Amino acid sequence: METLEPILAKHPFLKGLEPRHLKILVGCASNVRFNAGHFLFHEGEEANEFYMIREGKVAVQIQGGERGPIIVQTVGEGEVLGWSWLIPPYRWRFDASALELTRAIALDGKCLRMKSEEDHDLGYELLKRFAGIIVERLEAARLQLLDVYKSRP
Amino acid sequence: MEDEEDMIANPMLTHSYVVKRVQQETYDTFTIELEPKNKAQAFSFAPGQFNMLYVFGVGEVPISICGDPSKPETLLHTTRAVGTVTNALRKLRRGDLVGVRGPFGTSWPVEEAKGHDVVIVTGGIGLPPLRPSLYQLLSKKQEYGKLVLLYGARTPEDIVYGQEIEQWRKRSDIAVDVTVDRATGQWRGNVGVVTTLIPKASFDPADTIAMIVGPEIMMRFTIAELQRRGLRDESIYISMERNMKCGLGFCGHCQFGPFFVCKDGPVFRYDRVKPFFGKGEI
Amino acid sequence: MGRSLQVGDKVVLERQHLQQLLDVLSKRGYRILGPTVRDQAIMYDEVRSLEDLPAGWTDEQNAGTYRLKKRADNALFGYVVGPHSWKKFLLQPEVRLWQAKSDETGLKTVESKEETPRSAFIGVRSCELHAMAVQDKVFMAGEYVDQFYKSRRENLFVVAANCVQAGGTCFCTSMNTGPKATFGFDLAMTEVISTGRHYFVAEAGTEIGVAVLGEVTHREASEEEKAVADSAVDTCSRQMGKTLNTAQIKELLYRNYENPRWEDAASRCLTCGNCTMVCPTCFCTTVEDYTDLSGQLAERRRRMDVCFTMDFSYIHGGSIRYSPKARYRQWVTHKLATWIDQFGVSGCVGCGRCITWCPVAIDITEEARAIRESELSHKSAT
Repeated sequence: METLEPILAKHPFLKGLEPRHLKILVGCASNVRFNAGHFLFHEGEEANEFYMIREGKVAVQIQGGERGPIIVQTVGEGEVLGWSWLIPPYRWRFDASALELTRAIALDGKCLRMKSEEDHDLGYELLKRFAGIIVERLEAARLQLLDVYKSRP
Repeated sequence: MEDEEDMIANPMLTHSYVVKRVQQETYDTFTIELEPKNKAQAFSFAPGQFNMLYVFGVGEVPISICGDPSKPETLLHTTRAVGTVTNALRKLRRGDLVGVRGPFGTSWPVEEAKGHDVVIVTGGIGLPPLRPSLYQLLSKKQEYGKLVLLYGARTPEDIVYGQEIEQWRKRSDIAVDVTVDRATGQWRGNVGVVTTLIPKASFDPADTIAMIVGPEIMMRFTIAELQRRGLRDESIYISMERNMKCGLGFCGHCQFGPFFVCKDGPVFRYDRVKPFFGKGEI
Repeated sequence: MGRSLQVGDKVVLERQHLQQLLDVLSKRGYRILGPTVRDQAIMYDEVRSLEDLPAGWTDEQNAGTYRLKKRADNALFGYVVGPHSWKKFLLQPEVRLWQAKSDETGLKTVESKEETPRSAFIGVRSCELHAMAVQDKVFMAGEYVDQFYKSRRENLFVVAANCVQAGGTCFCTSMNTGPKATFGFDLAMTEVISTGRHYFVAEAGTEIGVAVLGEVTHREASEEEKAVADSAVDTCSRQMGKTLNTAQIKELLYRNYENPRWEDAASRCLTCGNCTMVCPTCFCTTVEDYTDLSGQLAERRRRMDVCFTMDFSYIHGGSIRYSPKARYRQWVTHKLATWIDQFGVSGCVGCGRCITWCPVAIDITEEARAIRESELSHKSAT
């Protein structure tokens, strides 16, 4: 059976990872697929994985708006979704639903948390990469907050 | 009274054009289509230039020309209705008269971009000033490398030229990506600021000309993202906006550092304005 | 005189013959404008006879201060510049650009063809000649030419007065704009008052100047008279009330957009715009569209404007230069720095008006000095 190793090795998010760490991730990885309209996770659920999207588009959204869910961000091919598995209380803060047929690699966050405690080098590599993503999302979120296109009569 | 000589003698004199159509684009944006009173008088302009449009007795505003430069019989301007004059323009009907002065300003480097990839990044009401460029690029597609259009709007309801964008999207010779800052559950497209589309776009940073229009904040972040992809400052072009009263470089209102946006701009090569761009209140 | 008068020949006009100059100009159809005393200041207005000039008056100027004082002698030009500058007549505070009618056939513009009077300016200082040359660059040297300015600028007869005493806020020597008039005049005069004598050493700068001078009683100036006049102007050049170091000033200000001194100045600045109004080179205008009550007749006017106002830089929803700091910085940086990139010369001619007429005594030479010195203290700190 073809392992996920070559796929993971190629993904930009894991670039530069040492082979021994890559092997650990492969051990925690699985192929997943979501049809359009299906949820990857719901707000409040335990966050025990993250996803490397291979194909498709996922909406990060929140319920409770006046006209149905509000999408705050979409995540697509080549991007990474989910960091709530890293930080206690390990719960999702948003919903994630597939906007179209989406294929991804799911990585077992619970397993990786344990392995990172044992191997701090692995933990550091993961945290470094996630820090980059979080910063990027924060900057983008701030830009969204600024509402630059708003009409100001 | 309204011929070329008079224009040269008094460039504050306005020429009468006839309204052909006023079309609503979104809830606050509309396009006004004009033709010269004298049909023989074709209006020629370069993409990126603007006109001063005058409503009798109300006032004058600068608006980018957004039609096809190769079709000078109709003069198109798309704008938001935000003030006295733009609101007056919106209420005009077929047959009404509008005063036109122009074209003014510098233009997009459509010629210089030949042989290179071209990336167009715009947000909100920034697409109209770039549409003339798109028409020219698409009409001579074989002379360019990859064409990319990245467009960001506030919400799906704010997308301008939505149908035209879909038609461009269907073409194989241009890559189109659209995103909105926020959307309801019906939107099936991207959600996120337009800068998030840049890492995914397909172009060769070492051989690309970028053209950017949008609110200044959006342009700054876009430039940062393009630089991160490896674009040089000399390959990036922006369009600036400032208060304008004359369009001729006399009234002083449109100054941006040492530049007069009406005659040194509105299109600027980024490296030339870099010391002044991004500093507050200049 | 031996041969006929030529451009550059130095002649002497006695004070009592100066009236002839005004009469000759009048006869030639010029409206004569010159310094007068009005509202306790030297103001430019119509001049018909020598009596209209501020004989025996001088001005004491400093930052935020202007007073007229009586002189011991009866000098006709014994002061420097007041709140008026010649842009009052060239750029003009308000101009009607055009009128238009709207009827069934459409929009018809009626071009404004007013009679442009031929003007003669009397008593123009060297700094003012430079200021006029600066505005010439703005309005006549670009792609578009302002016909309103041009038509008034042409057919202008200029009688310059070389300064023999500097004002308290003058710094023309720092800006290389005086005190001696070297160009741009039809006639230039230096007033000399010595024991028992009151005369002018004059020269023509153009052929018209020669023609006019020829009709006024004059004689060749002696070497001594020329020397006395030159020496007076020379002494003046060493009496300047202020100085401005212009070395690399463009680069200095371009580097210092974020210097805290701007905030400091802004805490004093009222954004009243006096400086822009008295400055002889400030040229900003605004365009206003009017309509009459019937809605049939529209008019477009141009009015002098001030970059210190809240809405000068307004675009959809807000002003680019929102804070007073930004607006003060804009004025100074434009005047001393960006103007050079725009027009090839400095916007400042060192006349000192902005210093005198600032109600809170902000001194552009002080501000520039403070910014320059703030860099030195930084360097020494590292």
